[in-house]
Amino acid sequence: MAEFQLPANSKISGKGKAYPAPAGAKRPRTFKIYRWSPDDGQNPRYDSYTIDLAECGPMILDALIKIKSELDPTLTFRRSCREGICGSCAMNIDGSNTLACTMAIEDVKGDITITPLPHMEVVKDLVPDLTHFYAQYASIKPWLQTVTPEPALKERIQSPEDREKLDGLYECILCACCSTSCPSYWWNSDRFLGPAILLQAYRWLADSRDEYTGERLDALEDPFRLYRCHTIMNCANVCPKGLNPAKSIAEIKKMMVARAV
Amino acid sequence: MATKFQSASGLKQVRGLGSAKSGVHHWWLQRVTAVGTFALALWFIASLILLPSLDHGSVVAWIGQPLVAVPLLLLTVSVFWHARLGSQVLIEDYVHSEGLKLLAVVALNFFNLGVGAIAVFSIARIAFGA
Repeated sequence: MAEFQLPANSKISGKGKAYPAPAGAKRPRTFKIYRWSPDDGQNPRYDSYTIDLAECGPMILDALIKIKSELDPTLTFRRSCREGICGSCAMNIDGSNTLACTMAIEDVKGDITITPLPHMEVVKDLVPDLTHFYAQYASIKPWLQTVTPEPALKERIQSPEDREKLDGLYECILCACCSTSCPSYWWNSDRFLGPAILLQAYRWLADSRDEYTGERLDALEDPFRLYRCHTIMNCANVCPKGLNPAKSIAEIKKMMVARAV
Repeated sequence: MATKFQSASGLKQVRGLGSAKSGVHHWWLQRVTAVGTFALALWFIASLILLPSLDHGSVVAWIGQPLVAVPLLLLTVSVFWHARLGSQVLIEDYVHSEGLKLLAVVALNFFNLGVGAIAVFSIARIAFGA
């Protein structure tokens, strides 16, 4: 059956460390952060760090970097561009998947709880294992495929109208916020491709220059790869880039019907 | 922790047994039977409200008419077909043991076909006045 309970070694233990507010803090704020290390044999725990927001940048990522620099260098998370284009700092903040770098601290009320992306294996602390997610991406062949040979010394041209069909698709940064917010992906990620990868699959189905539409649809037509999507829409709710993977999936389903009925 | 001997890319697992190359038929029929059930259920409820009396005799006499028995049969088929398709999706979502899943889907088919057949037989029996 689907696993509705955490495995015993994944249950949160009550024993977390607390780092109190610095003396004379003007705007103290507490971050409850999920901690787990593969090396110590312990269950995961929440450590709470109280920092002075008067001495911190405005974003969640600023607070994480401040905590790592000044309070606890063992805190582990991914980050790179700090401007919402690399997708590295995707995590669950205050119960919702998003990017730590584009989420403002002031948009969360009370203590701020941060956990890794849900239902993924954890490498350490806030770092999930994305190997399977990336393999799923590779499986849809995310590159231009054609029968026509490459034109000599020329690019493959595309009209502005056809280029517009890729708007809302090419912006995806593969941060995995959507896929890891999807209950269908939680229960069946071994076979269901999930919203991020299906949006990427549609990005190539919608490309006027790609000639492998039929083969791409063949590879997707599967009760699990595509049809586990039940239009729950968590994907569209959480996407930090404001995209709508559910719409892309609906477009794929329409293409399937168009060639079958 | 058990050591995993998987390809580093994880592609072997994702590619798996390949695409089933089916699914659109199931998905499309679920939509078609939903529309059919909705339209026929509207007719059924409206007709019951418009019946002068709901006692056994007058309802049986009403069902006995060809233009009532036929849509009622269609409604029955549509409902059981739709239920079968939808319940199979539920089983696939939540039952992950392959053996149990197979068993559940077979049991589901037997149940829906069996109960559906009883319903169809009952309407036919009334319609043919046995």
